[in-house]
Amino acid sequence: MCIRDRVPADIRKDGGVARMSDPDMIEGIINAVSIPVMAKSRIGHFVEAQVLQSLGVDYIDESEVLTPADEVNHSDKWAFTTPFVCGATNLGEALRRIAEGAAMIRSKGEAGTGNVVEAVRHLRQIKGEIAKLRGCDNNEIYAAAKELRAPFELVKEVAELGKLPVVLFSAGGVATPADAALMRQLGAEGVFVGSGIFKSGDPAKRAAAIVKATTFYDDPKIIADASRNLGEAMVGINCDTLPEAERYANRGW
Amino acid sequence: MFTPTIGVLALQGDVREHLVALAAADALARPVRRPEELAEVDGLVIPGGESTTMSKLAVAFGMLEPLRERVRAGMPVYGTCAGMIMLADKLLDGREDQETLGGIDMIVRRNAFGRQNESFEASIDVTGIEGGPVEGVFIRAPWVESTGAATEVLATYDGHTVAVRQGNVLATSFHPELTGDHRVHALFVEMVRAAQ
Repeated sequence: MCIRDRVPADIRKDGGVARMSDPDMIEGIINAVSIPVMAKSRIGHFVEAQVLQSLGVDYIDESEVLTPADEVNHSDKWAFTTPFVCGATNLGEALRRIAEGAAMIRSKGEAGTGNVVEAVRHLRQIKGEIAKLRGCDNNEIYAAAKELRAPFELVKEVAELGKLPVVLFSAGGVATPADAALMRQLGAEGVFVGSGIFKSGDPAKRAAAIVKATTFYDDPKIIADASRNLGEAMVGINCDTLPEAERYANRGW
Repeated sequence: MFTPTIGVLALQGDVREHLVALAAADALARPVRRPEELAEVDGLVIPGGESTTMSKLAVAFGMLEPLRERVRAGMPVYGTCAGMIMLADKLLDGREDQETLGGIDMIVRRNAFGRQNESFEASIDVTGIEGGPVEGVFIRAPWVESTGAATEVLATYDGHTVAVRQGNVLATSFHPELTGDHRVHALFVEMVRAAQ
């Protein structure tokens, strides 16, 4: 479960500065459920992250969906005991976040749009760059690290493992059971869905259907059944008409 | 030597890590999500994850009764963390509607070692595992509050039972699949071989 006071679709609509949620709300949710709870801090806002850790959240999402607090630096995640998830649009960005201490990576997509196109682009980009590294010999890893702007040791590890050294999720624009299954078939180990559920006609039913399609991501019959009679999907926004300044995926460095 | 086919319950949790550990321990490992897949395995691992979610999905996907039947019929099963919770006859601090498979006469306390921030690693001596202690990774881990007469306690930490066995059913509070040390999986593969 992930907490923010507004889903990205509402943040887009309302505009203004998006920040960490009220601690009362976060504690209320922690006390109401027994599953792990994740909450968002702004990029580079390590004091919001300290506050979230002190509240006892289980994971912190240093998220581009909130308004960044630092346009140069992300938080030093090694300074925390609470694990962080961070967004990435490509392999270099993912490895820079891991070098800063991120315990999980999610491909960014474009949150709050209900449009899966950017999620696909980012996951394909990350997986494609990993695949390219697999063919590299040791001599080439140095140049690859320079090109990726990522630490040599991490690039070498990815080349050897053929995957990130941490879990890779996908997020940002997933709105249907088939969207979720698509991200899984493209190689995501899990899927985050927010606005796609809460901005739909029947959130509980859609959530259950998306969970089912995520588990049985390679079984089109089950995905078909999960997709029946879900009511209105989130209306969605075409990403190519989004102004540059409203593209959350560009936030993060 | 007989190579057993061992499934990993793949509804939710760290399935991939268990598949890798089982393969390293000389088993044929495959994910199990459907009753017909369950019917084809000689043994089953229930992975770490979130136990109320796993329980919900087992009910939603029609796996609860087939799983219970196989466990009752004596199929070897190994549960780690959330998997241990799934194998408990009784739970403390679970959800009211939370179903378990049962299989071990024990009462397990869910999230007993605390939240994510209280997660830790510790060296654990496990009865039946030779070559020194195993590295126990405890993540929002449960412990065994009490056990019945037929349940063998294999390991304790800080006064709490963290590994048990009853017949063909094995459970640990911790995650050997995350450490690269495959001795606990090798013990389970041996249990599956012996049950043939």
